Order: sequence, then C-alpha cells, then structure tokens
Amino acid sequence: MKLAYLGVLVFILLATGWLEVVLRTRVYARWRRLGLTLLLPVAVFVVWDLYAIAAGHWDFDPDQTTGVLLGTLPLEELLFFIVVPIAAILSVEAVRSVKGWSLGDEAPLPHHDRFPS
Amino acid sequence: MTYTQLAVVGVVVMVLTDLYVARTRLVTRKAFWVPYAIIVFFQLLTNGVLTGFSIVTYSGDAIVGSSTPVDGPPPFIGDGRIMFAPVEDLLFGFSLILLSIMMWVVLGRRGIQRDPMAGPPRWRDRKARSQAGPAT
Repeated sequence: MKLAYLGVLVFILLATGWLEVVLRTRVYARWRRLGLTLLLPVAVFVVWDLYAIAAGHWDFDPDQTTGVLLGTLPLEELLFFIVVPIAAILSVEAVRSVKGWSLGDEAPLPHHDRFPS
Repeated sequence: MTYTQLAVVGVVVMVLTDLYVARTRLVTRKAFWVPYAIIVFFQLLTNGVLTGFSIVTYSGDAIVGSSTPVDGPPPFIGDGRIMFAPVEDLLFGFSLILLSIMMWVVLGRRGIQRDPMAGPPRWRDRKARSQAGPAT
C-alpha cells in the first residue's frame, strides 16, 4: 500500500487533534506561533535526514510510500517533521491544561501579586 | 558519522541548548517530562508500525543492531531494537521533541501568542459555573 507511511501520519494527527477541542490546548488556534516554532526543527531534521539518506543510514520502501520526493527526501519525511512537533506541543499543552504546571513561558505576575503574603 | 553517534550528539546538543542557550530548562520541569512519557509511548507504537512493516529500513553499518532483514520484520526486542525500531530512534525522537517544545516556549516567552493559554479542560466547565453561581 503506497499510503502506509501517510496513514501513520494521519493517525498521529487524529490521536492528538481532539486535545485541541476537549482540553482547549489552543495550539492550532495560535497558528502563527506554531508556524514559527516549526521552522528550526524542520530545518535541522530535514538536513539530518538528507545526510542520513545520502550516507545510507536508512531507506524507505517504495511500495509503502507515495514516491513523491523533494530531491532525495520523501514527502512523508518532511510531513513527519511537521506532524510530530505539533503532536508533541499538543501533548505538552494538554498536560498544562489539566495540571497547570509551569513551562516557563507564562506572563509575569503584576507587581502586587508577585510577593503574595 | 553513524546514526548511533549522531543520535547521541543530537541529544547532548539539544540538552545543552535547552539549559544554556535558550535557558528554557525544560529538562528540569515535570511539565516537560510527563508529556514526554506520554509521547514516547505513542512513538513506540507508531514507530513500531514504520519499522515493523519495514516502511523505513536501516543499515547495520549505521546502528548498534543489524540491518533490517529483507525477508521479514526485524526483532521486536533485542539486537539494538525496541518494538522493531533501532534504539537510536528514541534519541532522535527525544531531540526532535525537545527542540520543538523549546522553540514553542521561547516564542511564548517573547510574548508571541502567549495568549490564549491552554485550558481549562471542557469537563471542568460545569464545575466552574456551579462554583461561580451560588456564591452570592
């Protein structure tokens, strides 16, 4: 099946997408921040992937991938580096939604709240 | 360099970046490690499909284990593999996830769409309303 790898990516999107609605992760809602977030991971890991393919570290089954290549990079690999970070951020924000633990990006408290008595 | 070497270097670089460059200190926070534990479970699952069905195959020259066999799945566990996938993939995945969450937090700290913050979960809506309601 040419769509096997693509199917795995769709599964990851579905398995995490409901978090946006039920846990109000607001990751897709903050799409501008999400898009900027992806730039560096996509760049770094596409370079790594291209090197690994050239060095023969790994290869892809032509019968289970679409065969759409961006140079030597299968389309699915590029999508992987977009889908997996989104899933990871959704997971982080889902846990924050439930637990309220700090990730270090919260707004500073107003002065009168900073030293609660 | 082999995949094994690159995977180790990747983790070291990302952890040092987290601690000393971005100073997000995610590796010191349970808000990172608890989601990571959930993520790594699903990574083993989905990567098990990618590697168990030989959608992605590996060269024995690049990993601690042997090459993906041409005539069947690699070992489920053992020979440098966990759920069909090379152990190196766990390090690769960790680097990808740490870098991604780091960038998300870096942008939030700079005030880029810090709001609206996540939550609350929908199942708390009724409780929130009933707490606000009869107070007066």
